[in-house]
Order: sequence, then structure tokens, then C-alpha cells
Amino acid sequence: MTLSPRTLVDKIWDRHVVEDMGDGWALLHIDRHLLHDLSGPGSLIDIKRRELGVGQPRQVLAIADHLVSTEPHRMAESSSVGSAMWAVLKEETDTAGIEVAGAEDPGQGIVHVAGPEQGFVLPGLTIICGDSHTCTNGALGALAFGVGSSQSAQALVTRVLLQQRPRQMRVTVTGTFGTATSAKDLALHLISTLGASAGVGYAIEYAGPVVTAMEIEQRLTLCNLTVELGAKFGLIAPDEKTLAWLEGRRLAPTGADWLEACAAWQSLHSEPGASFDREEQVDATGVDPMVTWGTSPEHAVPITGTVPLPSDAANSDQARSWSEAQDYMGVAGGKSLIGTPIDWVFIGSCANSRLSDLRAASEIVRGQRVPDEVTAWVVPGSEQVRREAEKEGLDRVFVEAGFAWRRSGCSLCVAANGDRVPSGARCVSTSNRNFVGRQGPGARTHLASPVTAAAAAIAGRLVDPRQI
Amino acid sequence: MVTAPFTVVRSRAVPLLIPNVDTDVIIRVERMMSSDPDHLAKWAFESIRYDSSGAPREDFVLNDPEYVGSEILLAGDNFGCGSSREPAVWAVMGLGFRCVIAPSFGDIFAANCLTNGVLPVSLPADAAEQLAAGARRFEEITVDLPSQEIRLESRCWTFDIGRVHKLMLVDALDEMALAIRHLKTVERWEIRDHNERPWAWTQGRQAGMDLGEHSP
Ligand code: SF4
Repeated sequence: MTLSPRTLVDKIWDRHVVEDMGDGWALLHIDRHLLHDLSGPGSLIDIKRRELGVGQPRQVLAIADHLVSTEPHRMAESSSVGSAMWAVLKEETDTAGIEVAGAEDPGQGIVHVAGPEQGFVLPGLTIICGDSHTCTNGALGALAFGVGSSQSAQALVTRVLLQQRPRQMRVTVTGTFGTATSAKDLALHLISTLGASAGVGYAIEYAGPVVTAMEIEQRLTLCNLTVELGAKFGLIAPDEKTLAWLEGRRLAPTGADWLEACAAWQSLHSEPGASFDREEQVDATGVDPMVTWGTSPEHAVPITGTVPLPSDAANSDQARSWSEAQDYMGVAGGKSLIGTPIDWVFIGSCANSRLSDLRAASEIVRGQRVPDEVTAWVVPGSEQVRREAEKEGLDRVFVEAGFAWRRSGCSLCVAANGDRVPSGARCVSTSNRNFVGRQGPGARTHLASPVTAAAAAIAGRLVDPRQI
Repeated sequence: MVTAPFTVVRSRAVPLLIPNVDTDVIIRVERMMSSDPDHLAKWAFESIRYDSSGAPREDFVLNDPEYVGSEILLAGDNFGCGSSREPAVWAVMGLGFRCVIAPSFGDIFAANCLTNGVLPVSLPADAAEQLAAGARRFEEITVDLPSQEIRLESRCWTFDIGRVHKLMLVDALDEMALAIRHLKTVERWEIRDHNERPWAWTQGRQAGMDLGEHSP
């Protein structure tokens, strides 16, 4: 019998079908489950209310990230919003036997930073979290996706979810990155050219020489922004780099299990001739440092480009949304963004807060000074990232340049913990969402890479990082 | 959680045809700490529904008294993109909507709708525009789930929905209850998987499994 060549997604999907429900729907086994302090408490309370229990507590890891304080000497109570939710998360996970890390634990971090870092995320697994950026974890070759709190509760109890086999798209990246250009710029380039709904209904596999050449942290950044393309799954086939990166991490398999896992992962790739519903090619050589001008991640342009004119929009709905976005952001169609004065800089979030991101940004700010009118923050993605960065002295580089060096958490990415950009203030942010009010009511967000954000912090205005 | 069966809904439809309305716009993060539907409904779409003084914006369609009691929301492309926050669906439900029609939806938002008994219908942009024209004239739209049809005057469009979800909506069945019915099969799958992929289980090869401990 000959089977048609399968994709990476096919292989993981087929392995996890517990019950075929017809029409491409299946009860899909969920191997691992991440919980956080914003959506996790609701799921756990839902289970309690229904008098049910958590089926496989050891396959679950809970971390407080959205609501924790990021102040240097924080404790669990330092966040007034977060402490009540933390109390529920702590109590319910303790009752269920789920490992949990809060503001005072060394394993604390943003779930999508700490999960991979601790070896909880592995190739070939299905992983969910009540969080849309769960797709980040696909960078290690897992089928990882975000769900709502009800589905999270269902999976905690039953370890399966009713899911539809996604359509499949492959994005092949060729060429080489230019100076000061990275995975973040590639992702913003893709979203701005394909559109924020291009991936709806799809799983996106990233492939090609540029992806193979990327370090794991860059791959995590690329997969992180998949949901901003509209797709809930983004993934990359595991390779030698993935294995080397995972080996020895706290929760990664060891001994015979590790060898068996590595053997199983050898076949985790799309076979030659496997068919995709959609194929896209992109040449990284042509990608410039990118920055957003509006209120959707698709509102992105090269830093040297101009804000589009609503009169050039494809239709009247788009024209109206462009002009509303431009009013909100205080930018003008037809104009360059370079030179626009800024008030805030945020280097953090599960998109760009890993050690390599902080190293890249520190190279720009070393020996420089942030102007007094600019508030600049670095919020490491995990406490482990913070400790490693401090060992290298990166904290001092940032602090001497006038940045605040904070504790790990979601912080200004979602402004749920009390950290906020004031109304009307303009922030260059390494996060993944520039939605209206995302960083605080009335706040104006320009998404960019760590290097572009660091360059803006030093200049006090939007600049081309290649000119620094 | 599903509360009422969904069969046929007929009402005026609110045309909110902005592309890429994200779930942060549908409900802000600080409003999510309560799951009370009235609270969520009050704050739904706040950044575009109220002006800076907190007064309802007259030019915003959800503030138009003509649409009070509408059970159908006509939305733009990629409605509910962004965050997986389920309170966005609860906010839409709190406003009285039982069906959302759009050219496309954020995948997680659409899944959250189905989990809560709200019907998300994807229709091509030209159909959405014709429906919007009718909605602006305050014509009633019929959403017929059993026959998978949307009707406006003499026009009719069919839509797709998975067989299982259709059954669940029509019978007001809960996804949790459905999955629990398959729990024995899940347990068998896990025992086999534990042997085939010991590395996939954090407790490793030696430790026993927690299977069945909390079987509901
Ligand atoms: S850092 Fe931002 S995007 Fe990432 S999990 Fe936290 S809130 Fe979500």
C-alpha cells in the first residue's frame, strides 16, 4: 500500500485522533496544557462548579504571567489586580496536583517563553493554552494552539478537544536577512503583504533555508506572530538545532526516553511531494526593518516607507478603517514615520523578550542615553532570561542607558497588571499587537523588532536602525 | 456553556462591517475580571461605542435604538481576531446576539462561539454586503440552522457547519458532556500512548499513570 506523502501537520494530527467524528472533525488528544493567571482560574472554577476533576495533572503546567507585577521587588501581592486571580490559580492547581509558578518563583515567566525554556514543550506533541499565542510553541515542532477557557476546562478534564483538521499553508523563506533585520520584521512583512486574515482556517508551516538557518529563539518569534496572520497554528519541523536546544532542559525527557524521543522526531517533517492547500514564497533579502503605523498588525510598512493613503485602499470599508486607525495613531497618510517623536519604548512580550532579543537591543543602547522625555522599559520574558541577562551584565547596559530593568511578565503587552502606557502617548513596542487601547486606553503602539525599538529609544523618535 | 437550543432565528441584524475587529475591542482586558453578562454587555466594544467622556457615540450602530432586540450581528472580515479571550463571546451574547455573520472569523473566536451556543456563519463578502444593505433598511433576516440557510426577502444563501456542531447547537448540547461520553476511549488511547511514547509523558516510563483517578 502506498500512502500519499504527508505533511508535518498530517503526521502530528493523525497520531492524536482519538475518535473520528466525520467531516474532518475529530476528538484530538491534547498531550500538554499550559495555564496562566488570566484564563486559567476561570477554567479551574468551571471544573469545580461541575464537580469534575483534572485527568492528567502532571501534563499541565501553570504560570502566572498576565497579571503579575513587574516591579523589581515584587511579590504576589504587589499586583492588586493579580493577587485575587493568583490566589484562585494557586489554590485550584494545588488541589488538582498541578505544578504552578507565581511571581516569587524562579520558574516564573510568560507561558510561551517559560514553557519551551523548561522543556515542557516538545516536538510532536499537541499543546494548548487559554491564550492565542500558544502558536509560539510550534517553533519546536509541536501542534500548539490557543483555546477559550471553556475548551481549556474540557481538555483539563477529558484530555481531548473537538477539532477540525485545518487547511495547510507552507511559507517558504529564501534569501538572507539584511542588517538589523530579523524574524520580527519577516513576520510583520508577511502580515502586511498577505493580510491579517490570510491564515484563517489554516495551519502554517514555515520552511526554507532562512528558517533552517534561524536560531530557535528567532523561530519562536516567527511562530508567535502566526496568530496575527489569522492562523491558530504555526510550526517548524524540528531539526538538530531543536534537539540541541531542548536537551537537558528541566522537563525534557532523559536517558532512554530522550533517545526514543529523538528517534521519533527524525520523521517529523513534511515529505517531498506532500501537498499544501496554499504555498507562499518570500525572499528575506527584500525585507527591511518594519514598523506598524495603525491598529492592526497588517498596518505595517518598512521603516523607510510611507503610511498609506486611505484613497489607495482596496474598498470603502478598508479606507474607513485606515483613516480611523490614522486618526487614533496621530499619523498622516502619505507621510514617512521616520522622525516621529515617541514617549515610550517597551522591550518585552512573548514575541521578543528572550535572551537573544535582549542581547541584540543592548548592542544598540550600549554607551548611549535615552532622552529624558522617553520612558523605556525592558521586561525579560522569564525569570530565567532575567538571571541569564544579569549574568552577562545586560541589565547594567540598559540601566546605564536610562532603561528600567523589570521583572518578568506580560506587562505592557496587554496592560492587564496595572502597567500602562498613558492615553495619547506613543510607544514603540516589541510585542505583537497594536490594537486600539492594547497598551492602555488611548495608548498608541508601533510594533517593531528589539533593534528598531532600542534605536528609537536612544533617538527619542522613530528611526531606521541601520542609520544608528 | 450552551444554554438554549438554536433552530431558527429571525430578527433585524446590526451592520458592524469593520474589518479586523479584535477581541480587545470587543472587551477590554480589565473588564474581563467578571463574567456577569450584563457587565460584559455594558463594556462591549467600549473603545468604539463610547466617546472620551463615556457618553454613547450617536453615530455608532450599536447605539441606534432601531436595532434594540436584534439577535444577529453582521460583522466584517476577520471578526474576533486576536486574543483567545472567551469573555468576548460572552459580551456579544450579553448584547443579545445568537448569531454572527461575517466573511471570516478569528479561528479561536469562532470555536468559542460554538462552545457557547452562538452560531458563527461565514458568507462571501458579496452576500455579507447584500445582507448589510437589507439590515440598514431594517429588514429582518432569517437564520435557519436546520436547513443551513440565511434568508433575506426572496434571497437565500446556504452556509457550512460541521455535523457535530450542528447537532450540539440544535440540541443545546455541551462539548464537555460530549467529550466525557468518550472518556473510556481516551483512557485506552492514553494507556497505549504511554507505552508507545513514554517520552511524551512528564512522569516518564516508570511512574504510574493518574488515569481514572477523577473519572467523572
Ligand atoms: S506577552 Fe502579551 S501576547 Fe504574550 S502571552 Fe502575555 S499578553 Fe499574551
